[in-house]
Amino acid sequence: MDTATGAAQAAPPPGRLVPPQRPVPDREDLATLKVVPARHYWRWVAGVAALVVVAQFSHGLVTNPGWDWDTFFLYLSADTVLKAVWVTLQLTVYGTALGFALGIVLAFMRLSRSVILQTVAWTYIWAFRSIPLIVQLLFWFNLAYLYKELGIGIPFGPVLWSFDTMNLVSALSAAVIGLALHQAAYAAEIVRGGIISVDAGQLEAAAALGIPRLRQLRRILLPQAMRSILPNAANEVISLFKGTSIVSVMAIGELFYQVQVIYGRNGRVVPLLMVATAWYILLTTLLTIAQYYVERHFARGAERTPPPTPLQRARTFTRRMRAAAATGGIQK
Amino acid sequence: MSTDSDPVTGTAAGTSAGSGLMVDVRGVHKNFGALEVLRGVDLQVRTGEVTVVLGPSGSGKSTLLRSINHLEKLNRGYISIDGELIGYRRVGSKLHELKEREVLKQRLHIGFVFQNFNLFPHLTVVENIIEAPVSALRRSRKAAVEQAGRLLERVGLADRADAYPRQLSGGQQQRVAIARALALEPKVLLFDEPTSALDPELVGEVLDVIKDLARTGTTMIVVTHEIGFAREVADTVVFMDDGVIVEQGPPAEVLDRPRHARTQAFLSKVL
Repeated sequence: MDTATGAAQAAPPPGRLVPPQRPVPDREDLATLKVVPARHYWRWVAGVAALVVVAQFSHGLVTNPGWDWDTFFLYLSADTVLKAVWVTLQLTVYGTALGFALGIVLAFMRLSRSVILQTVAWTYIWAFRSIPLIVQLLFWFNLAYLYKELGIGIPFGPVLWSFDTMNLVSALSAAVIGLALHQAAYAAEIVRGGIISVDAGQLEAAAALGIPRLRQLRRILLPQAMRSILPNAANEVISLFKGTSIVSVMAIGELFYQVQVIYGRNGRVVPLLMVATAWYILLTTLLTIAQYYVERHFARGAERTPPPTPLQRARTFTRRMRAAAATGGIQK
Repeated sequence: MSTDSDPVTGTAAGTSAGSGLMVDVRGVHKNFGALEVLRGVDLQVRTGEVTVVLGPSGSGKSTLLRSINHLEKLNRGYISIDGELIGYRRVGSKLHELKEREVLKQRLHIGFVFQNFNLFPHLTVVENIIEAPVSALRRSRKAAVEQAGRLLERVGLADRADAYPRQLSGGQQQRVAIARALALEPKVLLFDEPTSALDPELVGEVLDVIKDLARTGTTMIVVTHEIGFAREVADTVVFMDDGVIVEQGPPAEVLDRPRHARTQAFLSKVL
């Protein structure tokens, strides 16, 4: 190669006005040569070693009688378990909805120009991030001990309506309140993070166009903030979903409490823990898929051409395979 | 603030509107902390005129422009558009600060075009344009879309209505931003260095749109570094330095026979 380059750069003979015919370098056209990819032998060894470990583990899952797959399948879709899954889902949905609703309010309070609102929101977030969830849940569970009656009326004045705390705050609603209040503190920071990540010029442009304030937030700010809110929010929803298992301390029949009850009765701890695990994995997977599509929705305009979804990719792939089968060969 | 010779009030009775005065800036001061950015600016723009503001960076050009539609609050002085005081309401001998909602209403009459466009990236071109007419002027969506079509045609982008801003070049984005500002049919258009964020070969297409607006009698204040544009389009050229207007007048005077040493120094650097 080196010698060939030298020849190609040889100076043209003097006295010629037309560009000289470039001397044809007497070298082969390398494009016709076969390319040998670099071989990464250690990568192959590491890959094989990893496969061996995975195979061992899978083999154990199938052959070790301790997993007791019969019991697992017996209870996987048992009525009591399904009912417990439903309770877990309710806790998650209510906890998320109330938690994020309050979180959005707290986030805007922290960003408001009122020092009082800022301080109140800051203190709330400080307090609820500092108290362990389980401690807080037990407080709510024992609310009737602190306040026998809850009432609505004029602050520091007469009470207009009052309720018996024991009746009003059932174990389930105590759990929802506890989860939601805990969630709100984290949601507030996530939402605030999303809002401050939006370029200040966006709100300035909206203000310059005279767009009403609330509309600025809903139409301009939040959709853009959602881009950075969503991955964190999905984390929170998933961790709340699994975190509902902590509610078992309040003897609420959610998934984890229910499998504990069952294995307390029949002593088959491992297969029943696997039942809970399977449900947690299944539902987390569904949440993850939902996250993908919601994120995609809010990515509008963020990329010049949005990448295809896995489903679209699979469809293109099968179409291409079918076309290949029809023409009798796979094209590149 | 001395108001004896300035009959500007919150009402339309102000004589300034009758005399064809569109923008009236009087004795405006603005500080950012200890930094004095505007130190007593007076500027009058008549209806249908194009005023080009030149000056070195940090001279207060952008702050002046942002003050005119109350993106910046003034420390002293006042600004009125078509006889209406911006950001305040006069009651007797007092000026009452307007609430955000009322300021937003005033801004409907003042179009603003930003240096870096500030298009809404999650909305398509047509959605960017109809957002304010639909939400602030309560126009029907259909009418707004039709108007957006006409405006896009005017800025030469009729075929890009459904594109997202990131799918457009900088020059195209700025032309959309101009169409978006025009959709509110403002009394005055403010341009804050509209071509400074553009590649050199895209500057022309944006300036052409602004020139076209100038020909049709739109009142405009343009902060720019494009001296050639100022010479061609401006009725008045204003040279600012260090928070004050150093000199102003027709382009032939200010650009070709600047009287002030600071103007001469600036022009000798940029020409």
